[in-house]
Amino acid sequence: MTDTTKTAPWRFRQPSVLPGFGLSLGITLSWLVLIVLIPLSGLVFRASGLGWSDFVALTLDPRTLNALKISFGTAFLAAVINLIFGVILAWVLVRYRFPGKRVIDAMVDLPFALPTAVAGIALTTLYAPNGWIGQVIEPLGLKVAFTPAGIVVALIFVGLPFVVRTVQPIMEEIDKEVEEAAATLGASRFQTISRVLLPGLMPAGLTGFALAFARGVGEYGSVIFIAGNLPYVSEIAPLLIVIRLEEFNYAAATAIAAVMLAISFAMLLFINSIQAWSRRRYVYVA
Amino acid sequence: MDVRVHNIRKEFGRFPALDDVSLDIRSGELIALLGPSGSGKTTLLRLVAGLESPTGGTIFFGDEDASQKTVQQRNIGFVFQHYALFRHMTVLDNVAFGLKVRPGHRRPPAAEIRKRALDLLELVQLSGLDKRYPAQLSGGQRQRVALARAMAVEPNVLLLDEPFGALDAQVRKELRKWLREIHDRTGHTTIFVTHDQEEALELADRVVVMSKGAIEQVGTPDEIYDHPVSPFVYGFIGQSNCLAVTLQNGEIWFEDRPIGLRAPAEPDGPANLHFRPHDIELIDGCGGCLAGLVTASRRVAGTRHLELDLGRTHPPVEIELPPERAAAGDHSRIAFRPTKWKLFRDGERQTEDEKAEQQDVEESGETEAFELARTGT
Ligand SMILES: Nc1ncnc2c1ncn2[C@@H]1O[C@H](COP(=O)(O)OP(=O)(O)OP(=O)(O)O)[C@@H](O)[C@H]1O
Ligand SMILES: [Mg+2]
Repeated sequence: MTDTTKTAPWRFRQPSVLPGFGLSLGITLSWLVLIVLIPLSGLVFRASGLGWSDFVALTLDPRTLNALKISFGTAFLAAVINLIFGVILAWVLVRYRFPGKRVIDAMVDLPFALPTAVAGIALTTLYAPNGWIGQVIEPLGLKVAFTPAGIVVALIFVGLPFVVRTVQPIMEEIDKEVEEAAATLGASRFQTISRVLLPGLMPAGLTGFALAFARGVGEYGSVIFIAGNLPYVSEIAPLLIVIRLEEFNYAAATAIAAVMLAISFAMLLFINSIQAWSRRRYVYVA
Repeated sequence: MDVRVHNIRKEFGRFPALDDVSLDIRSGELIALLGPSGSGKTTLLRLVAGLESPTGGTIFFGDEDASQKTVQQRNIGFVFQHYALFRHMTVLDNVAFGLKVRPGHRRPPAAEIRKRALDLLELVQLSGLDKRYPAQLSGGQRQRVALARAMAVEPNVLLLDEPFGALDAQVRKELRKWLREIHDRTGHTTIFVTHDQEEALELADRVVVMSKGAIEQVGTPDEIYDHPVSPFVYGFIGQSNCLAVTLQNGEIWFEDRPIGLRAPAEPDGPANLHFRPHDIELIDGCGGCLAGLVTASRRVAGTRHLELDLGRTHPPVEIELPPERAAAGDHSRIAFRPTKWKLFRDGERQTEDEKAEQQDVEESGETEAFELARTGT
């Protein structure tokens, strides 16, 4: 996914520069068809077999609607939080030297490596009412485990590396002189960051955001442990699909999946076009 | 605004990038900092800007001690070598940035900011490009945006670090002339860094020649070119030859014969004779002259450059002649005498070093050179 979203517009825009465009495009497309398009079109095909009224009825089922709302809502919230803290974390890693920096840098990737179920269980243990963190926040009236908040926590965890890793290289490229230029023009530190540095990071930040968001929507393993999975409250759409499958209700499972696919695709397309638009304006030209 | 640099010292770690540098810059002056790579030009400029803080010494803006002020408070315009434009902003927004970030009570109304930015773009001849992004401009255009952006804040001092360094020769020449015009029109006190001596001499009111973290000479382009005070300046500004000679009874001897130049007040002993390739006269029949075999001949614009071999132990000497006078081909013998020249004497270093001295300008700052005499026969 990273690959297609990142490189496709470039390939189309400047095909003549690199030789082998036709060949590489051919391979890429066949690969995409095989890996992505055939399974997905199978899904669409099944869904279209349902008939329109059935499909609408299945989708508008309140439990389904709630599950979709929870899935997309928590994924969105988690991606926003990841965007903010991911940028800060990347900033710290790029700008400062401190003992243990390498360890922290390596730790950022851990959520990629850890089986998500392990992450889910670990987080649940921590945030459960008798867990380390749960004990502390419970008296303050905060409940995380077994609520939608728990889902957000899990999704923040699994989505953390995306923003950091997309923003970090761009940040490393920022010229110190640009900040100095802003300072000589009278900009305060805050103005320099908000008006000069952050806008420059927007395309990369959006990429990271989109990746974290997409990952959050599809996440299953870590969430089901911490969510509590109460229908209408903390039941995510992927779980509902599994439940429907276990009930041999393939029609409902297909409908939910098709709706998720459509929404995800629309959102990713939207984010990508913002990105392409902003990137076109300020590519690095040396 | 006057800028006075007082005994400034700057160390990076233990390494002194600037050592006791003092410089007075008058209001409205266009000053060039000229020197080889690593001589501390950028460091001095950044100290004036407040982007670095000095290890010792003071910088005055007018009568105020600038050391107490932050970069933001100094109100300077700085043009970076690689422009450092804000690439996510249009050209217009780049230029307007300095005005837009002012605190409320000092910020002009939006319409006025826009007007001033557009006026500046007109001044730098970029009208019509205000909606472009920096990525959509050529190098020379970016350079001009950077200058307009720096001038928008009406700086006390305009500081330019190798403003034309990244541009090709043709564009450099144009921008040079244009910068001079802009300076004359706006009257900003301006300091610019360059390691191109031609640029410095052509553009500046006064040139500051720097070497190894110290100032070698400050003067008008004429003073710098015609009266260099040290072998370093002689070698660095323009072309020059350096010959190891000996003084005997006020006469200058090269190897085993006098060359017809006199320096009556000088004590006997070895010295270095410096002269420029074009400050020579050809002589028929040599009774006291320099003479050598032509080993190479090049046509450079309006003159012909001849390389002469004066003898086995000496580096070749270069002279410039009008092409018709240099008609004589290779391997003919040419006799000449410098018309403008200068003797320098260095305490320890003796004659066999003079080639190294001339080419490796880094070295020469170390040796104490005494100015001995200057004549124009
Ligand atoms: N931040 C720094 N840390 C350590 N040393 C530095 C730093 N900045 C400059 N120096 C050293 O100070 C000396 C002067 O550097 P400076 O950049 O002022 O040279 P310059 O005259 O501008 O040269 P150039 O023409 O190559 O730009 C150099 O020897 C350089 O290595
Ligand atoms: Mg420099």
